Amino acid sequence: MRLLKSREILLAAAILVLLAAIAWRFPGFVRPANLANVFNDTAILIILALGQMMVILTRCIDLSMAANLALCGMVVAMLNATVPGIPIPLLILFGIGVGALLGAFNGILVWKVEIPPIVVTLGTLTIFRGIIFVISGGEWVNAHQMSAAFKALPRAPLLGLPMLSWIALAAIALMALFITRTPLGRAFYAVGGNPTAAVYTGIDVGRTRFLAFTLAGALAGLSGYLWVSRYAVAYVDIAGGFELDIIAACVIGGISIAGGIGSVGGAVLGALFFGVVKNALPVIDISPFWQLAISGSAIILAVAFNARAERRQGRLILRNREAAT
Amino acid sequence: MSIARKLLAAAATAAFTLAAAQAQAQDNVRIALVVKALGIGFFEAAHEGAQEAAKELGNVEVIYTGPTDTTAEGQIEVINSLIAQNVDAIAVSANDTDALVPTLKRAMDRGITVISWDSGVAPEGRQMHLNPSSNQLIGEMCVKMAADHLPEGGGDVAILSASATHTNQNNWIAEMKKVLPDYPGVNLVTTVYGDDLADKSYREAQGLIQSYPNLKAIIAPTSVGIVAAAQAVTDAGKIGEINVTGLGLPSEMAGHVKSGASKSFAIWNPIDLGYAATMIAYNLATGQATAEPGAEIDMGRVGTVTLDENREGAMAEPFVYDASNIDRFKDIF
Repeated sequence: MRLLKSREILLAAAILVLLAAIAWRFPGFVRPANLANVFNDTAILIILALGQMMVILTRCIDLSMAANLALCGMVVAMLNATVPGIPIPLLILFGIGVGALLGAFNGILVWKVEIPPIVVTLGTLTIFRGIIFVISGGEWVNAHQMSAAFKALPRAPLLGLPMLSWIALAAIALMALFITRTPLGRAFYAVGGNPTAAVYTGIDVGRTRFLAFTLAGALAGLSGYLWVSRYAVAYVDIAGGFELDIIAACVIGGISIAGGIGSVGGAVLGALFFGVVKNALPVIDISPFWQLAISGSAIILAVAFNARAERRQGRLILRNREAAT
Repeated sequence: MSIARKLLAAAATAAFTLAAAQAQAQDNVRIALVVKALGIGFFEAAHEGAQEAAKELGNVEVIYTGPTDTTAEGQIEVINSLIAQNVDAIAVSANDTDALVPTLKRAMDRGITVISWDSGVAPEGRQMHLNPSSNQLIGEMCVKMAADHLPEGGGDVAILSASATHTNQNNWIAEMKKVLPDYPGVNLVTTVYGDDLADKSYREAQGLIQSYPNLKAIIAPTSVGIVAAAQAVTDAGKIGEINVTGLGLPSEMAGHVKSGASKSFAIWNPIDLGYAATMIAYNLATGQATAEPGAEIDMGRVGTVTLDENREGAMAEPFVYDASNIDRFKDIF
């Protein structure tokens, strides 16, 4: 536990160093208003990273989250365009429902059909994108087709922050409570940490994974609405390639791909680290080719660091055992 | 099978002779406008332009046709039936550069004038190709639109492109840079890349707004980028201060033109395109012009097109859409 805590502190320190380095080249970046903007811009990534974290904790992976987001976003956008009268909260709930359903589909395949999660979600990724094309006919839903209320919600200011930021903050708080204080939240750790032992403690491993996928899907559905209303456009390719950003944020945040290790704080900090890099690169005037290289290097550095931290712990245990036998 | 085929052949020959007789009797020039697929707003608008040309010319009958989905196979069937009807000219916007070539060659062997427009066919499968515009005209128009709405004394202008490796985008940007000396008010500060992703383009536009306090215009020659930039300007509360322009589609940009985030943007006008294709097809079919490198062919009210060594030509500079005409075009494409 102390190690996990210190890792989060280290990541937070890394973000601060990064901010200082950016401020040296572009002082305006660290103005509070701009930092609030960066947080707001990262809000969707944070929500998705929290969903992905649950799945990764159970030793699974969800590659279909961005496609799920795009499909839910398209569904709510088309619904709003055809029936502008539907109240927005209802529309959001509907989006969350569709997302949960898509997530549950992943979960069922992992649980009942026992296909490896990476294969399942690689398949559903393309299926979801295909469905978007079928329902939209490849057409865009544009800003002028969406109702004003639909676009206004994530932008509506509340105590100085836009709603989008508040939704992310609420998601972080709820997720922290859920993962540390509920039996299901703890079961995610148990299933990922040692599935065999989890069975002996009476946890249904498949069912737990199914629930993780469903909840991740619900969060993707919520993000679908947020994404589409924030950028005021919905088309087949929205959030293309974003699934990798989500996983990268989790990995940077110290959530072990091998399952069982990770925390809400880590996922949030990982997403923020990514968000700071993404927002800083355009303003510090670096060639686009370098931008890609820098983003990639940041990920590898963070992962290498995390891997080292994890391995050191593992080796110590192994050495002791070898010595014993 | 063979009987069916013979019957079909006989029917086709009958249709052929009948159609030929009809054509001679009416003495009309029958021009077939073959589109990528029926029911697409862009092509319906091109049809409108073709009808306008037909009315102007008098003795022209326009046959507007195409497959129900955008496949080369569907177009081949359509073209085969047009060959059977012995039309005078076929003007096609192709679903595939090469797949249509054998069929179109057969049409030319029968003396039918074949041109492609909008989306081209390989040179051996057509007499000429009409491009909606050219790199040079696009680049010039982008800078002009930005310059037109700059405040007195000019200001900073930035380009938001798709990806740094996109050939079309880079050609257009190169052309923009060439005409900059003609627009002293335009101070091009940087080019950034949004990779045709809505979120990255939005973020890059936000970065531009932050980095260049004197920024007055963003040129985005990409349909994803222009929409994202307009949204970023709206969210930053910079409407009226920063003008977003470039290349976009009226249906996608209507909201941003109304809000004032974009004063104007450009893209080809499908009505003019259909009109020009019909005019060219008529001139070639009636022998008033020949499609050879260097030839100048009349396109009525749109002007003339000059063919290059590949027998390709550009129709005109892109058409500018603004608050005055956006409502008319936003439902078309």
